[in-house]
Amino acid sequence: MMSPILDVSHLGIDFGGLQALDDFNIQVDAKEIVGLIGPNGAGKTTVFNLLTNVYKPSRGSISLTGQDTRGKSIHAVTQSGIARTFQNIRLFRDLSVIDNVKIALHNGMKYTMAEAILRLPRYWKQEKESTATALKLLDVFNMAHLANEPAGSLPYGSQRRLEIARALATNPRVLLLDEPAAGMNPSETQELMDTIHHIRDMFDIAIILIEHDMSLVMGICERILVLNYGLIIAQGTPEEVRNNPVVIEAYLGQQRGE
Amino acid sequence: MMTKKNVGGRYLLNTVATCLLFGAIMLVVESGLINRYMAMMLIPVGYNIILATSLNLSAGFLGQLPLGHAGFMSIGAYTCALFTMAVDMPAAVEFPLGLLIGGVAAALCGVIIGLPALRLRGDYLAIITLGFGEIIRVIILNLDFTGGAFGLKGIPKYTTIPVVFVCVVITIFAIHTLIKSRHGRAILSIREDEIAAEASGISTTYYKVLAFSFSAFFAGIAGGLYAHYLSILGPANFGFMKSVEILVMVVLGGLGSMMGSVVSATALTLLPELLRGFSEYRMIVYSLLLVIVMIFKPSGLFGRYDFSLGDSLGKIGSIFRRKKKPEQGGENDESDS
Ligand SMILES: Nc1ncnc2c1ncn2[C@@H]1O[C@H](COP(=O)(O)OP(=O)(O)OP(=O)(O)O)[C@@H](O)[C@H]1O
Ligand SMILES: [Mg+2]
Repeated sequence: MMSPILDVSHLGIDFGGLQALDDFNIQVDAKEIVGLIGPNGAGKTTVFNLLTNVYKPSRGSISLTGQDTRGKSIHAVTQSGIARTFQNIRLFRDLSVIDNVKIALHNGMKYTMAEAILRLPRYWKQEKESTATALKLLDVFNMAHLANEPAGSLPYGSQRRLEIARALATNPRVLLLDEPAAGMNPSETQELMDTIHHIRDMFDIAIILIEHDMSLVMGICERILVLNYGLIIAQGTPEEVRNNPVVIEAYLGQQRGE
Repeated sequence: MMTKKNVGGRYLLNTVATCLLFGAIMLVVESGLINRYMAMMLIPVGYNIILATSLNLSAGFLGQLPLGHAGFMSIGAYTCALFTMAVDMPAAVEFPLGLLIGGVAAALCGVIIGLPALRLRGDYLAIITLGFGEIIRVIILNLDFTGGAFGLKGIPKYTTIPVVFVCVVITIFAIHTLIKSRHGRAILSIREDEIAAEASGISTTYYKVLAFSFSAFFAGIAGGLYAHYLSILGPANFGFMKSVEILVMVVLGGLGSMMGSVVSATALTLLPELLRGFSEYRMIVYSLLLVIVMIFKPSGLFGRYDFSLGDSLGKIGSIFRRKKKPEQGGENDESDS
């Protein structure tokens, strides 16, 4: 049996008196798409912040491709294969679209600072390669023609897609998407679903997805975890989750009542 | 995208332009077109350009505000001066070597100050560098080998216009090429969004300290030039006001614009000299200018714009070609321009 790419056990964190997350367990295999849903404040983003070492867990452990991530800095965790997007978009707004992606390609390039300042051949070669890689990545999101625009000037939907492209540029094994469809219209959301499938197959990555748009979650996730008040209250296939009375009460029921 | 040939052409273009500029400066100076006093002003213009562009790396490109740039300048100045006075080598050897050692000493201090200050998020750097600038001044004041309050005297006058010119060109070239590399993009990403930079795999602490000490290195070089221009050094030359003066140059020119730093360092060095009567009111003029620019153009005179000779010539060329077309085709496209 293959060991999972991401193995999280008994993860928990407290903020003062608030238990934002407790006893969170998940195993994710290569090429899986897992949904993470739950009402506002359930602890979904907190899970991502723990997985990327933005927060230090109060308990539990995270193992990424067999390595314990405890004590690593954020950028080191990224380098060992986990990348994310942010619920509140965080782009390098004043830099060009292509530079946003090339920043994430940083560790893929190896030329030294001296080679850069003296403009030695390795600088030109690797810069050229990374420009090509970045354009190819942007092309996946139909954004290659926007390469030289400032990232902050893009419409909302494009900014979300650029964030995914930037995350992919770090060459992750696991991609964490925090509400990627937020603010998108239905046709953009549909397009995004196709793109997510496409990048999973193209890059062989596992994807964990936080989303409030139920059609998106039910449509592309093979497995769904439901969080409420920091606890997993249900998990299973979209079908199982949809029909689980606990979930309906905690989450879907809340929506129906609206 | 740029082709290799295109790039080579740009290097040639910039090299030729630099040589022409140098030729023009030397011609003006040697021919006596400007008086000796004004000619010697080119040296402060030069080291102030180095100070402003190097500070811009930290304040404009990295987005961290240091208030002790004069402190790094003083370390370079004293180190370089003490070195050239101590050793007995030909000037052509000991001066470049001294400048380099002064720069490295300043950069090392940059690392020592930067490491604790830059690990923390927030405005600690401003406070710590402010303290650092003052501490360095007091240390120099109380040491024996620095001459204490009397300062150092009899430093050889090695700083000439060509030497300064070369140092300015090296500084601008090095900072420019650094910014246009993966290391430079890492530095810019920190200014834009530190959390996103970390999440993109950038070691923000490493690149903050790198940019900061790189900036200190060139401040050290400027200090060495300064020492061998004045030939006397005193701790009073490197007070907090000097740091503020450099910062004003950077902010006026535009945080993140190399060209802005060059223009405003030149203007603010020459302006008080041109208005001789006003030289005592220099700081008042500076403050007023700063207030006015901040009100009307908060991003500085040049914002983040940077000048590129190749691009500009390309634009002029295309305007020229467009103008020519109607003559051949007989069509009028004046309404376009
Ligand atoms: N840094 C923090 N300090 C204190 N409390 C926090 C912190 N981060 C999250 N919390 C709390 O933890 C709980 C879970 O927050 P989280 O952002 O994970 O929710 P979420 O499920 O992502 O909600 P939403 O759907 O609104 O994005 C909330 O009560 C929140 O206030
Ligand atoms: Mg959230």
